[in-house]
Amino acid sequence: MRVAASGGWQSLWLLLAVVCLLGLPVLVHAQTDDDGFRTVVAEFANANFREKESIAGRLIDTGHGSAGTVLTALRDGRFFFRQEDQQAFIVESIDESLSVYALVDPVSLEEAGSAEPDELSRVITNNRLRRFLRIAIARFSLSSPDSDIRIDAVKQMLRSLDAASIELLRERAGEETNSSVSYEIDTALALGALDEENESSTRLAAIDTLADRLHPEVHNRLSAILERNEDGSFIEGDEDVRRAAAEVVRGIDAARAFYAVLETVFFGLSLGSVLALAAIGLTITFGVMGVINLAHGELLMLGAYTTYVVQLAMPNHLDLSILVAIPAAFVVAGTAGVLIERTIIRFLYGRPLETLLATFGVSLVLQQFVRSVFSANNRPVVTPTWMSGTLQFNEAFSLTYNRIYIVFFTLVVFAILLMVLKRTRVGLQMRAVSQNRLMARAMGVRSEWVDAMTFGLGAGIAGVAGVALSQLTNVGPNLGQSYIIDSFLVVVFGGVGNIWGTLIGGMSLGIVTKTLEPFAGAVLGKILVLVAVILFMQLRPRGLFPQTGRAADDV
Amino acid sequence: MKFKHACFIVCLAAGLALPATAGAQDPIKVGVLHSLSGSMAISETTLKDTILMMIDEQNKKGGLLGRQLEAVVVDPASDWPLFAEMARSLLESEQVDVVFGCWTSVSRKSVLPVFEELNGLLFYPVQYEGEESSKNVIYTGAAPNQQAIPAIDYLMEEVGIERWVLEGTDYVYPRTTNRILEAYLKQKGVAEEDISINYTPFSHSDWQTRVAAIRRFGSAGKATAVVSTINGDANVPFYLELANQEVSAEDIPVIAFSVGEEELSGLDTTPLVGHLAAWNYFQSISSPVNTEFIETWKEFVGDADRTTNDPMEAHFIGFNLWVQAVEKAGSTDVDQVLAALPGIETPNLTGGVARLLANHHITKPVFIGEVRANGQFDVVWQTDGTVPGDAWSDYLPVSEDTIGDWVTRKCGNYNTKTNVCSGQNFQ
Repeated sequence: MRVAASGGWQSLWLLLAVVCLLGLPVLVHAQTDDDGFRTVVAEFANANFREKESIAGRLIDTGHGSAGTVLTALRDGRFFFRQEDQQAFIVESIDESLSVYALVDPVSLEEAGSAEPDELSRVITNNRLRRFLRIAIARFSLSSPDSDIRIDAVKQMLRSLDAASIELLRERAGEETNSSVSYEIDTALALGALDEENESSTRLAAIDTLADRLHPEVHNRLSAILERNEDGSFIEGDEDVRRAAAEVVRGIDAARAFYAVLETVFFGLSLGSVLALAAIGLTITFGVMGVINLAHGELLMLGAYTTYVVQLAMPNHLDLSILVAIPAAFVVAGTAGVLIERTIIRFLYGRPLETLLATFGVSLVLQQFVRSVFSANNRPVVTPTWMSGTLQFNEAFSLTYNRIYIVFFTLVVFAILLMVLKRTRVGLQMRAVSQNRLMARAMGVRSEWVDAMTFGLGAGIAGVAGVALSQLTNVGPNLGQSYIIDSFLVVVFGGVGNIWGTLIGGMSLGIVTKTLEPFAGAVLGKILVLVAVILFMQLRPRGLFPQTGRAADDV
Repeated sequence: MKFKHACFIVCLAAGLALPATAGAQDPIKVGVLHSLSGSMAISETTLKDTILMMIDEQNKKGGLLGRQLEAVVVDPASDWPLFAEMARSLLESEQVDVVFGCWTSVSRKSVLPVFEELNGLLFYPVQYEGEESSKNVIYTGAAPNQQAIPAIDYLMEEVGIERWVLEGTDYVYPRTTNRILEAYLKQKGVAEEDISINYTPFSHSDWQTRVAAIRRFGSAGKATAVVSTINGDANVPFYLELANQEVSAEDIPVIAFSVGEEELSGLDTTPLVGHLAAWNYFQSISSPVNTEFIETWKEFVGDADRTTNDPMEAHFIGFNLWVQAVEKAGSTDVDQVLAALPGIETPNLTGGVARLLANHHITKPVFIGEVRANGQFDVVWQTDGTVPGDAWSDYLPVSEDTIGDWVTRKCGNYNTKTNVCSGQNFQ
């Protein structure tokens, strides 16, 4: 700029001439490149999956600047041919709601008009092709400004390393500034350096680098070093290399075993918190009031359906809808609970068998109610983005966010319930009525009102639990039935009427179930847990935390 | 007196007319034995509606043998013993000429003795585990060689799968299918340690441990796939857990034999995209017959969002086979219809032809579809032409020499080595 401004026209012309001289061949070259690229792209029209894979490979080989974009569009199902002239196009967005697709030329990446979905035929991909594309696209995203994308790209490339990708990674390693990305690149390069053609010392150094990696690729590659040929001789000739590899493999195995235990404990806790959450409401109605409420499962179901309805009501704020659903579900299920108590259960106090039958009837009515209103089909409840995905600690250990949230959610619900029971007036009255109804009445407690509130509270908490369940299982008319047995099991095991018992009981049943499952399988595991609980109940008929004192004698 | 006289004439006329009209107008009774309540209602109600639609269409065309068709619908309520009772009442008190019904294998097994004892005729429209060929049942759903085996072939040859997880719900269909698949995989040279078989209870909802195990099994460096015979309710939590643990369809594809358009319409399909299903029909397959069928169906149920699925196509084929057999036999008598049925051909909905074979199974094309975000399937593979249904699997030692042949040998369980017909022969 400075030259042009101060040196006058002469220098400007000179500059232009130089640019032209240098630029022209480039332009001509680009022209032929474009044509070649377009020809290759056109081959996708009538290719099978294997051919598409090789076409994609050739697209990358052209080195054309649009290759990455075309392959990404192909992977995402946004690559089309126009039926009338077999022209290839990329479509920016294939959202269901669009009636017209905006077209982009795959070579120039410029806008190229629009077309109706019916006029286009999509290039179909299959799993194998998409896996290939994912790894291929990773090469283009190595220089992405986002370090997370770069890490992901390197991890993809780790899965199938060849000379070209190792070369790319080596180039990247020189300019990479982010330490996490560098760490992954080192892993990849070390894996590449294990190649048999390299010197033993190079390979030993590579194994040394890999010593603290837990990647499955590292484990597999090093295990391969330890294998023998068919004649019994080792594939790897160098004993030092073998010894070093064996040590690393042992280390990975040990780490994996350790993390597997942690994982099982977490799975147990998360299953336990689901069980406890589903059962807490029951503890209140069953434990405090002595009502065997077989409609408890359907109150869970109402909560789950409330989540669905709330989600329908706020389609543009799906991530928030679940937070709105929590109080809404509490109100809906709680109201249903109060209604059930006022219209049916209050006439049946002291007659457990009739309560049992009546609530069973209520459960059928509620099931049929949602069948009539929402149809017998399950309803789709979308998982909010902040609840999906995993929290990855390392290559061998990661926990899913939705389970982490549910464990915390259970603890929060539990804490709030304890607060209500211990710190509020209603809670005090509830405890008073559950300990000695007559005495409480004599003290001026309106026991009928307290009964309704207690049942409403239990039902409301069931509704809140239903919100959590909507994230884990089918939202359908049968949702309640799958949890009612487990809920009773937890309540009885934990000790009737004891909220701590429910929490501890749920958690321990969860952990025991999950510990047994890998060895015994899910079916036998469930049987074993049931047998264990029955035996336990023989020893301690009142569960883990039995009620003591005079209240216990009344139950 | 006059009044009495009039009555006499009217009564006489009525008495004369009644038998005559009954002879010409008496409708042909079609029994529909599908659960309309309980856990299976979600799948079976659709099939009841399909048969009602087919009957409706047939009556618009003038009925059958000059008589109208009349549906007798009962609700066995997803209760297996009730299926047998309802079947008995359909055949004995309602005297139906044919029954379309059942979904689960256990319900079919429960009505089988009733149909054989009372010589009824049942059209069974759902893919099943095979190892059966009854004189009184026409199997219009897929046998394992028309669904499971081609699915394995696709994964092995086209996707390059080397390691297999056979994941199923713990009951007869998954257990038998997995036994066949295990034998088939081993025959194809897959090593014992590359096959993992697991069963979970009905409505299993906590899949954390299983999915973690599948992930670990799949991280051994060999391409891994899950062959799922997981039933109904347990599917959604399974796919959700796969998505949550970030197991993508590209890394470990899941191929399912009981997840179709109907099931997908009830859930958020995002976690399923890219996973596979093997069926003999997909709604997305374009053919003139299919387009017409879908239109008629949407009009019949009055809902433009309703989907069609594979068992519906089976009922479509089964109903047309029966209509043609009745026309050929000139009667609705079960024995005559059964004699007329083998060899009859009728168009299927995907542009091919279904032929009823001597073993009471039909020929079907096999399609592999990938789930799309809109709940429909992309067909990624299909067999050349149709595959004849094999009642007795060639891959199980107990049944490799057994065939069903109701035309020449009059036997559903004929051993071609020993030339002995064992069981299921009521001649």
